[in-house]
Amino acid sequence: MSLRNEPNLISLMEGTGSDILKCMHCGVCSGSCPSGRHTSLNIRRLLKKARNDAGVLSDDSLWMCTTCYNCQERCPRGIGIVDAIFEMRALAVREGIIYPEHRKVGELLLEHGHAVPIDEENMAKREALGLAPLPPTVHSFPEGLEEVKKLMASCRFDELMSEK
Amino acid sequence: MANLSLFLGCVIPNRYPGIEKSTKLCLEKLGVDCVDLEGASCCPAPGVLRSFDKATWLALAGRNIALSEELDRDLLTICNGCYGSLADANYEVKEDEQLKKDVNSHLEKIGRSIKGDHEVRHITEFLHRDIGPEKIRDIVINPLELRVAVHYGCHLLKPSKGRVGSSFERPVFFDELVEATGAKSVEYSDKMECCGAGGGVRSALPDEALALTGHKLSMIESAEVDCIVNACPFCHMQLDVGQVDLNEKTGTSHNIPVLHYTQLLGLALGFSVEGLGIDLNAVVNTDFLMKVLSE
Ligand code: SF4
Ligand code: SF4
Repeated sequence: MSLRNEPNLISLMEGTGSDILKCMHCGVCSGSCPSGRHTSLNIRRLLKKARNDAGVLSDDSLWMCTTCYNCQERCPRGIGIVDAIFEMRALAVREGIIYPEHRKVGELLLEHGHAVPIDEENMAKREALGLAPLPPTVHSFPEGLEEVKKLMASCRFDELMSEK
Repeated sequence: MANLSLFLGCVIPNRYPGIEKSTKLCLEKLGVDCVDLEGASCCPAPGVLRSFDKATWLALAGRNIALSEELDRDLLTICNGCYGSLADANYEVKEDEQLKKDVNSHLEKIGRSIKGDHEVRHITEFLHRDIGPEKIRDIVINPLELRVAVHYGCHLLKPSKGRVGSSFERPVFFDELVEATGAKSVEYSDKMECCGAGGGVRSALPDEALALTGHKLSMIESAEVDCIVNACPFCHMQLDVGQVDLNEKTGTSHNIPVLHYTQLLGLALGFSVEGLGIDLNAVVNTDFLMKVLSE
């Protein structure tokens, strides 16, 4: 895989305050990582890979981070590790590298304004609790949903989520 | 005390409406001035949607915050994810004029703007700072004799940048709120660890998410508690539905009731299990229900 507009991942990430070149490989991030205890994510190695390998964008472990922020809070060099993960993920998505389940979350948001929209079963639960079947969110306010849709179009989120 | 608008997000009203109900019952009992934030959308979810596109994440968060600003109220969240998105977006916009302009260039198209002149609160932070455990203890009519595993969840505390107070390594405010109901907050290993759901892991990599959840649940189980109490419906879902998934996939026999703090508080304030929607969880533990009913 190659990046369309020529890589330089590092320079793209510098703008986010995530100067990963400052890393001194102490391993505090990996040692603090709950995901790394149970999955193949090694955050220190992932950041190292990001220095010169655009292949990091299709690395499965990029999506194993739960964004718990342990690593970023504890990094002695103050590196914006999770900010860097967000940036890498966003680049991957722009390259069309996205799990179908994640695309689905984006589609639900585009259609309903909610990543987890209401269903029949939960409307019944709401009514049994004495609540209105639809919550007072965009689910009850179509004009609010229109605003949300306009914003997503303005940000071109619809294009981003469409199949490449 | 601040005037508030209640931000529901997605998971609470659309999957665990009992939490919405219990929040309203508790706030009313406490005499808090809080109205629904009508027409709000997804926060948007910090782990997935922020991962996809920061501009969209900020624009939608900006609209939700703007709706609350228009009511001249601070925005109250009852979910760590919503709090993570909205408090972080609010902080970033307040800190960075250029970013505020960028967000407002989108919001302009729907005739709104974000000013950054209000706060985003989380229910546990609000209850601890503005009400206080002592006042809660005073109005409890049904002190709970329960052993509780408190689960803070990640985005309640982190990123600490721009957040109020509390150590993220050894926080105590949530334990104090739990103990104000009469319950005992029990220490357990890896208490501050993640539930496993965040960052889009639950949605795309369920087995990886469950590996983290399974570990957390086994630590909780060995502390012999009556229930888990959380402050986030997404952790709530992962710890609740996750038990059923793990039992099916790995042959475990987890059966630990999971309560949002407002449901625990609701019990202590004398509301019923059904009225608070505690019986609507995936895990229904009859021993626990009997224990709560007999109190
Ligand atoms: S904690 Fe910071 S400095 Fe240490 S290895 Fe991780 S990123 Fe590098
Ligand atoms: S934020 Fe991600 S990489 Fe960092 S410690 Fe948490 S799970 Fe690991």
